[in-house]
Amino acid sequence: MVMTAPITAATVREVLGTVHDPEIPTVSIVDLGLVHSIDVGADRIAVELLPTFVACPALEVIRTDVGAALAPLGRSVDVSFTFAVPWTTDRLTDAGKAGLRAAGIAPPAEPSAVRCPFCESAKIAIDSLFGPALCRSLFYCRGCRQPFEAFKPI
Amino acid sequence: MTDGAAFQSIAMDFEGAGDGRARALALLLLSMADDEFVIGFSDSEWTGIGPILEEDVAISSLAQDELGHAQALYGLLAETVADGRDADAWAYDRPPEGYLHARLLDHARGDWAATIARRYLYDTADSARLEALAGSSHAPLRQLVAKIRREERYHLMHVQTWIERLADAGGESRDRLLAALALLGPDAGTVLAPLPGEAALVRHGIVTEPFATIEERWRTGVAATFRALGLSELPPTARPDRARTDHSDAFRTLYSDFTMVRRSEVGATW
Repeated sequence: MVMTAPITAATVREVLGTVHDPEIPTVSIVDLGLVHSIDVGADRIAVELLPTFVACPALEVIRTDVGAALAPLGRSVDVSFTFAVPWTTDRLTDAGKAGLRAAGIAPPAEPSAVRCPFCESAKIAIDSLFGPALCRSLFYCRGCRQPFEAFKPI
Repeated sequence: MTDGAAFQSIAMDFEGAGDGRARALALLLLSMADDEFVIGFSDSEWTGIGPILEEDVAISSLAQDELGHAQALYGLLAETVADGRDADAWAYDRPPEGYLHARLLDHARGDWAATIARRYLYDTADSARLEALAGSSHAPLRQLVAKIRREERYHLMHVQTWIERLADAGGESRDRLLAALALLGPDAGTVLAPLPGEAALVRHGIVTEPFATIEERWRTGVAATFRALGLSELPPTARPDRARTDHSDAFRTLYSDFTMVRRSEVGATW
């Protein structure tokens, strides 16, 4: 069924809030700060997204997921990526940071300000600037003796 | 073939690119994209065989970053030349002599010290080049560069730590680093060798400084690091007339590897 209520940018943003980062299922692409612009036309919806990292391999998955989420609105959907402004970690919302912690990933901070996402300890050590994904570094918590990942500040 | 003749034949290939500004821009984008693509692909050979697990992950991340930068730069090139070729076509569908990467990247990755030495020389030179593009009049390039520079900060931290570690360790580590620098040093400056369209690039504000100025700034920075580590100063570029052409057998081997899938399955996509 095609929805009859008028479709606005707010409607689209609400739907985008249900699309999650494929690698971090606890954070929506809205809370991750990926949404740059939403343009609602008579028969078309255009969404511009900001890649977190230029080489992020999840981009095509996100594009597909956004298209699928917006399809029920009954208009053609155009999802594109732009570097019009650089995505930075400042774009993460508080809900996004909470979502990262829920996934066991420390929100971005300078290494000395990183806290363990499991026990909040400040007794942490950086293990490697580079982690299992381009956007993450590896740390070790001396408090709860767990290795953990931290989002890289960028 | 010297750079001049090779560049001319490659520039002939930019049929859709129109005027002198667009052709000069296309040469710049192609040279930068090829640099990032070749070092990215070459360093990705370490994936699975890095000296320690953390470095295996680090070098793989660095290589992935460079391939992403290459993809974005080939994308800008495709828009500039506008002859129907997409980023993949630019990356994979050219003969080996059509690649414009710097001679520094023509060397095989070598041992870990050679990989670090090359990354150090390339990342510092690339960083000086990106600085001269941060205020580019070509908005899509300026925007991409703003993004890339944020990522390259991590590359510089990584490679600075490693060059200090190898130089200060003494013994075999330092000997291997010295051997790598002796081999790569004469080609280090090729990343910042002037391009034939340089006058147009500067006149149109696409690059905000001549390459000679960028190279001088880069050499001053490297000289300070090398002095602190007791390393000899970099020599001048050995063959400035062949900075980006006349590629090595090592590159042809790499080319054969990175085009293998594309050749065996024409038109394949992920």
